[in-house]
Amino acid sequence: MRSSAIGRDVAVPSAQPRSAAASVSHRAAARKKARPAQEAGLKRANFGEGPGLPTLLLLPQLLILLFFFFIPSLRALTQSVLLSDPFGTTVQFVWFDNFKALFANGEYRQSMWVTLLFTVGQNALTLSVALVLAFATDHIIKGRSVYRTIILLPYAIAPAIAGILWAFLFNPAVGPLAHVLHGLGIAWDPNLNPNHALILVTLAASWKHICYDYIFLVVGLLAVPVSLMEAAAVDGAGPIRRFVSIGLPMLGPTVFFLAVMNFIYGFFETFAIIDAVTKGGPAGATNILVYKVYVDGFVNLDLGSSAAQSVLLMSFALLCTLLQFRYFDRKVNYGV
Amino acid sequence: MVERAPVLNFVCHAILIAGALAVCVPLYFAFVAGSLTIGEVQKVPLPWLPGDQFIANLQAAWVKANFSRTFLNSVVVALGITAGKIAVSLLSAFAITYFRFRYRMLAFWLIFVSLMLPIEVRIVPTFEAVANAALPLQWLADTLHLADLFGWISGHRVDIALEWNMVNTYPGLILPLMASATATFLFRQFFLTVPDELCEAARLDGASPLRFFWSILLPLSVPNMVALAIILFLFGWNQYLWPLLFTTDKDMATAVIALKNLIPRSDSEPAWNVAMSGALLTMLPPTLVILLLQRWFLKGLVDSSK
Repeated sequence: MRSSAIGRDVAVPSAQPRSAAASVSHRAAARKKARPAQEAGLKRANFGEGPGLPTLLLLPQLLILLFFFFIPSLRALTQSVLLSDPFGTTVQFVWFDNFKALFANGEYRQSMWVTLLFTVGQNALTLSVALVLAFATDHIIKGRSVYRTIILLPYAIAPAIAGILWAFLFNPAVGPLAHVLHGLGIAWDPNLNPNHALILVTLAASWKHICYDYIFLVVGLLAVPVSLMEAAAVDGAGPIRRFVSIGLPMLGPTVFFLAVMNFIYGFFETFAIIDAVTKGGPAGATNILVYKVYVDGFVNLDLGSSAAQSVLLMSFALLCTLLQFRYFDRKVNYGV
Repeated sequence: MVERAPVLNFVCHAILIAGALAVCVPLYFAFVAGSLTIGEVQKVPLPWLPGDQFIANLQAAWVKANFSRTFLNSVVVALGITAGKIAVSLLSAFAITYFRFRYRMLAFWLIFVSLMLPIEVRIVPTFEAVANAALPLQWLADTLHLADLFGWISGHRVDIALEWNMVNTYPGLILPLMASATATFLFRQFFLTVPDELCEAARLDGASPLRFFWSILLPLSVPNMVALAIILFLFGWNQYLWPLLFTTDKDMATAVIALKNLIPRSDSEPAWNVAMSGALLTMLPPTLVILLLQRWFLKGLVDSSK
């Protein structure tokens, strides 16, 4: 794998798949390589010893993290192996019973399945639309910034509001798009039909997130060296061929990064869309994992189960972060 | 870019127009619905052209969702998260890049770990932490039997019951959302690119670390701060889950939460016209921010996700 990465380096020596941020970390990495004796991430010109001042500077951040990150995370870990009644009067240590109960629970398995469908669907839709839009933006010259401004608009809109807008469009009683569907003979009703509800939240979630993928892909395409494209054009490759054979492979790491970010978005940030549009219904059809954590913890007051679910979600978030590290590796390999 | 391809040009423009339409259609219908009367908005099909009730609906939404109060809350929370996170992150990034001290790598990793977990996965325990931020101290007191100790010293029976409830307060809405390391890492990356000569020169001139930070590093960081501030403002304004847990007091709700309560449920009057005008109003501040500050916004978006 490493040798193939180096091979690519030789083939595209100055390829920088990403933006200014990428080059910043490139440079930082290059510095570290140049002075191996240097402590990682420390300036050569630094203010030396003495823990007093730096401790003082770090204190606010560490205190906030302690109270709102470390202690809650530890609490989730400990609660996940405890069983307590809703009033907190009795607490029992139950090993991994909460986890076993989760996997035995049909509702939880359904929630996992729904989350998988939802995030994969959202990911595929978001990435493919964003890729097509980015290709089109890269190809044209006139009006680029106007299109870009409009397509970026949903970034400003809260997920909850995006959900509300789509809930209205597809509201079976008054929504204009639902009316069109009814006209086509489809008995559209997301309040009753589980599939319709899932389609609705997937559409709303993608609509809100396409702009994010889009801007990263546009920036990535801008970074593809013009010389490569020109060479391919001289060899007779048309614009689409150039995009498929040069642009896409060069965007590989960006696409991978975006896929991971889309999963994180789908898993966690879409909570607002679910809560504002379907509240997990009908019949649990849109009850994604993070929504279930909330319902079990705050509505059903089943703290042990909710904590166990939190721990599972945490493991997933950790996995995503590790995947992103792999992406960082790739990015460094692309450098000179 | 290299050759003439009129057909492809045309197709690309068509694709982009379709994309722009897909963005605008929900917004347009929201505007149409927001400008109709309650009778008209229930008509099927919905009229294609806006009516004349937009201002009236805005006023209704403003009163119904208590926007004069909830908008203020949103502004305070969004600005609080923005300013707080930037200040805290600048200081800690300065500490881990410019000082050599014993626990530097430990501090680095402690901060780094927090990058990994979004707040959504630990909502219940974090809620407990906010409902009583003194809880950890209470445990400490309980495990060390401090009450007994004091009782023994003073000769009286003493109970230690600590409580610091941050529910329905601005700190409770702001502080938990500051607990993440993204901004710290952005500044760390930036500080690593600042030329070493600046620090050396400052030290030769006898500047203290804080003087160097204030007079040199901070002015250099302004572009990064602006870009990050925009992203954090949007993040804060659009928060949902966290404020939702704090709406026990209606006066502390944020605009997005207040708006959510305007959506018609199946058992209430379908006042979509008021809900939609309220939605447009709530999305106005963040939209203006990215329209007016687009260049900074793009920089912030791409930089802060690394």
